[in-house]
Amino acid sequence: MTEKRFMAGNEAIAEAAIQAGCRFYFGYPITPQNEICEYMSMRLPEVGGTFLQAESEVAAIYMTFGAAGTGARVMTSSSSPGISLMQEGISYIAAAELPCVIVNMMRGGPGLGGIHPSQADYFQATKGGGHGDYHLLVLAPHTAQEAVNLTMLAFDLADKYRNPVMVLGDGNMGQMMEPVEFPPPAKTEFSKKEWNLDGARNRPRHLIKTLYLDPPVLEKRNLAIAHKLGEAVKNEVRFESFMVDDADVVIGAYGTVARIAKTAIKLLRENGVKAGLLRPISLYPFPYQQFAKVAESGKKILVVEMSLGQMFQDVQLAVCGKTKVNFYSRVGGVVPGYDEIVREVEKTAKESG
Amino acid sequence: MEKGKVKGIYEDVIMAGFGGQGLMFIGKLLAYSAMKEGKHVTWIPSYGPEMRGGTANCTVVVSDEEIGSPLIPRPRAVIVMNNPSIEAFEPKLQSDGLLLANSSFVTRSATRKDVQATFIPANEIASRVGNEKAANMVMLGAYVACTNIVSKESINKGLEELFGAKREFLEANMLAFEEGMKFVQEKCLKTK
Repeated sequence: MTEKRFMAGNEAIAEAAIQAGCRFYFGYPITPQNEICEYMSMRLPEVGGTFLQAESEVAAIYMTFGAAGTGARVMTSSSSPGISLMQEGISYIAAAELPCVIVNMMRGGPGLGGIHPSQADYFQATKGGGHGDYHLLVLAPHTAQEAVNLTMLAFDLADKYRNPVMVLGDGNMGQMMEPVEFPPPAKTEFSKKEWNLDGARNRPRHLIKTLYLDPPVLEKRNLAIAHKLGEAVKNEVRFESFMVDDADVVIGAYGTVARIAKTAIKLLRENGVKAGLLRPISLYPFPYQQFAKVAESGKKILVVEMSLGQMFQDVQLAVCGKTKVNFYSRVGGVVPGYDEIVREVEKTAKESG
Repeated sequence: MEKGKVKGIYEDVIMAGFGGQGLMFIGKLLAYSAMKEGKHVTWIPSYGPEMRGGTANCTVVVSDEEIGSPLIPRPRAVIVMNNPSIEAFEPKLQSDGLLLANSSFVTRSATRKDVQATFIPANEIASRVGNEKAANMVMLGAYVACTNIVSKESINKGLEELFGAKREFLEANMLAFEEGMKFVQEKCLKTK
């Protein structure tokens, strides 16, 4: 076992990226994720990597695009308004089928919004965000330790599927300090990519592009990306089932809200209310089947989110009318307290079928 | 979380005061020292414009189990080092909760009768032992004496590790911590 370090979520994510072999980072400062940039600017030179503060988020994502094209492990990070600026580049990276990791520590929106925690970028993260048919793979940690583990996993998934992967947190997770351990990296050598751009000495050229003016050719490209993502949907669904088996009410929540829900569940069970939590860890692919199973077993579902009902829609899709899905949220940077969640679960439990 | 609802080791505390009074630091020190004892900990700051000279606060949770919520709507304890902080956090304290106020800056008494309030002249005590800036450590000493959530030895060791190069201030900070503990212990003896 390695020694525990006491780190903020932002720092933990940055260190995890370094240990996962990330050697290029491009970013532009924005609260509440500045510690990622700061940490990378300190650590990357130590390991022979490159840290570059770009002139804007638009530049940062295209630098990420370029570095990804060489086959390097590369990351960028930002918070909501900055991630919006990156959407064009993210669509290009997905179209070019290049691996990279994008961290979004969400803050309240829309517009400049505020700097406090939010989950209102769920649609943007999971449904595409930029133009065209594509998805990011999206991982949503709920503790600093999980942020470490999922950041490392994000690099592996990005390589495996040649697709950008997003680590989706919020301001709370970025600022909060917790003990973390860094497992020894599974591998330190990364297989050479067959498609990368490295000067084409003594080999036929590689070409990375996203412009296809012939519709049947572009259609084929779209279908190939869809097929690849279909494989990810089959293989990469991740979730935590917490005290669900005997529960009458199952909370659906991810990230910061999910850990607050765990405290609420403890308190509810002390009061004799059997509550549980189904926590999506991968938001894309989403654990539709797991929510469907909960609905089929006759349990009630309460979705709690820091958005006005975004993941709520995926839960409704999964449940398909088989059970009632209630919804509770706080938005604009307000974090729901466990006392509020206790109250909402009790209300849901009392409702007739 | 509410007292009586949790088995095992569990404490939560909100620490609040002016930026620069060292509340963030004692919060980190408490969490770090408890981590070194093998406990689960979370430390979360208020972040944002209020940190630039206004009132800042952090929340620390220590437990022998995995910690769910790092945010505490109704804390078991609050440490307040200025007037805006007692206004903000005394009402949130749970019944029978611990109110530790630095009377060098907090000029009013407790308004609630259902909490355990202790007023500590932390700046005076800290200057008496050599460094007024260690008033935060007096407050932490008082908190640790009341809760026993970490040992004095762990705090001293944590202090050494977190202070790093600033060793010349170490002794005054350790003394201030001890004086804070003593203040509470002597007060308890008097009331008994």
